[in-house]
Amino acid sequence: MSAAAALAWQGLRGACLALPVLAAAVLAGAMIGETSLAPDLVLSVLANKLAGAGLPVDPVDQGIIWSYRLPRALVAAACGAALAVAGVVLQALLRNALADPYILGISAGASTGAVAVTIAGLGGGALSLSFGAFNGALLAFGFVAILARAAGAGGSRAAAAQIVLAGIAGSQLFNALTAFIIAKSANADQARGIMFWLMGNLSGVRWPDVWLAVPLALAGWMICRFHARALDAFTFGSDSAASLGIPVRRVQVVLIFATALTTAVMVSIVGSIGFVGLVIPHAARFLVGPGHRRLMPAAALTGAVFLVAADIVSRIIIPGQVLPIGVVTALIGAPSFAVILVRGQKAAR
Amino acid sequence: MKIEARNLSFAVRGKTLLQDVSLAVQPGETLALVGPNGSGKSTLMRLLSGLAKPSRGEVLLAGKPLASLTRREIAQRIAIVEQQAETAERITARSVVELGRTPWLSALKPWNGQDTQLVDKALRTVEMEGFASREWATLSGGERQRLHIARALAQRPGLLLLDEPTNHLDIHHQLSILNCIRNLKVTTVVALHDLNQALTCDKVAVLSRGRLVACGAPSQALAPETVSEIFGIQARWVRDAEGADPFLSFQLA
Repeated sequence: MSAAAALAWQGLRGACLALPVLAAAVLAGAMIGETSLAPDLVLSVLANKLAGAGLPVDPVDQGIIWSYRLPRALVAAACGAALAVAGVVLQALLRNALADPYILGISAGASTGAVAVTIAGLGGGALSLSFGAFNGALLAFGFVAILARAAGAGGSRAAAAQIVLAGIAGSQLFNALTAFIIAKSANADQARGIMFWLMGNLSGVRWPDVWLAVPLALAGWMICRFHARALDAFTFGSDSAASLGIPVRRVQVVLIFATALTTAVMVSIVGSIGFVGLVIPHAARFLVGPGHRRLMPAAALTGAVFLVAADIVSRIIIPGQVLPIGVVTALIGAPSFAVILVRGQKAAR
Repeated sequence: MKIEARNLSFAVRGKTLLQDVSLAVQPGETLALVGPNGSGKSTLMRLLSGLAKPSRGEVLLAGKPLASLTRREIAQRIAIVEQQAETAERITARSVVELGRTPWLSALKPWNGQDTQLVDKALRTVEMEGFASREWATLSGGERQRLHIARALAQRPGLLLLDEPTNHLDIHHQLSILNCIRNLKVTTVVALHDLNQALTCDKVAVLSRGRLVACGAPSQALAPETVSEIFGIQARWVRDAEGADPFLSFQLA
């Protein structure tokens, strides 16, 4: 078997393992909610919409499944996978177990952008919250990147630490700006709405969001997966990676930009859902070990399934009310992470 | 593979760490680099490996300027073992050595049986084959150091740079690692603190305050007068009763 064929086979086998699990999660996302719908109903809707089967389905149910729950589950899956992979990449690149996709100031910048549009009235109502959030995220990331570059002029040795410190400075600055805008011009209702959005909210997700989130998650995934071996080489730091033939600066720039961009888009669609990008990489590492060729698919799949599940829980746990998904991810994530930590310690002894 | 340093200088934030160092190591030779703490040994290692760019001068590898090679091309020729490379990852001993194959792999040239053989061989060379599945965190400092050397060997370099490789090792492993290094066919530059160990190499270069003060045959480069002056001690030759080669004995001046 030629090398290229072996590679294609590997990818195919991975997809065969992952796709059924993903499909089951999305199916569950479409079935479960305030009104539970049968799986065959969901499949009928899919057959009607995708293949024009013309099966008899209640139009209300069809509407719930097709326009509301399905895009929501798909975006949750794409977002969970993208955040988890971004977490894996940044933890490896920055050699920091606490790194998550928001370490580059993206979540703070997104919230500033969101309040600038919705509360301070930037753009006079012509701009959407997502647009503001996305631009805020990019602005904050640009600030962090320039600061890290200016601070890291001495050489690549301390570069990882500089990026983390610049990220902290950027996050603080933009969080302060957000608080300033809210304190200056928001009323209680607006402040509550923004809080809700900041904790993550999939309620407004429709099909156009799917067409943005899913291809972007796939593209980000491919860029990161291509660099799996390079990330392995960072195990002993960036000097060691360089001595193993990795063009350290280029890999850092490409991967940081790719993760920043995907995260910025995800945040602008669903708000800043915490915990996924921090905890899922550790959970996946616990399951399949630190090698990135297995870790990345594992993290992507775990992240996708986890976020679809968290979204389901957020919709049904309080009857008649939707809980911000970030609350759910933290409430489920923190204890399960604690269990992993303790178990991992025992296994290492 | 021959390596040559031409008038290397290196300064960081206005402080000169290395000044006008020139030396050459012939193919297959082992050069020991000695000098007090802060004399520029690690800096010279970083310049020779291309991890840092000299402020002035150049490094020639097999007659080619190092600056004209890509990172990957350098990694296929030069392997470096740095001091104290650590990780918190729960990585196995074997995967550490497997990292050494990185410069030879690509998307279209994935891992194959030959890579596995090279990793096995490198593990055997440092006597770590029984530790292959152990986790990094469970290994001693000496075992970790041997794995780093095995990783460098798995890289199949033409030039091996070792920065104080015998740190953390007990005397048995110090001697066996040095023996192993001397017997390798690759050109080797090794920074050493033990001057008597440096005596057993083909050539010795002595650094002091960023300058090269002696370079040549071990017994000449490490003449007691030179050693005494640089380290601020008194050194003299001692010969044991069995008539083996003389070694250096030291006391505070």
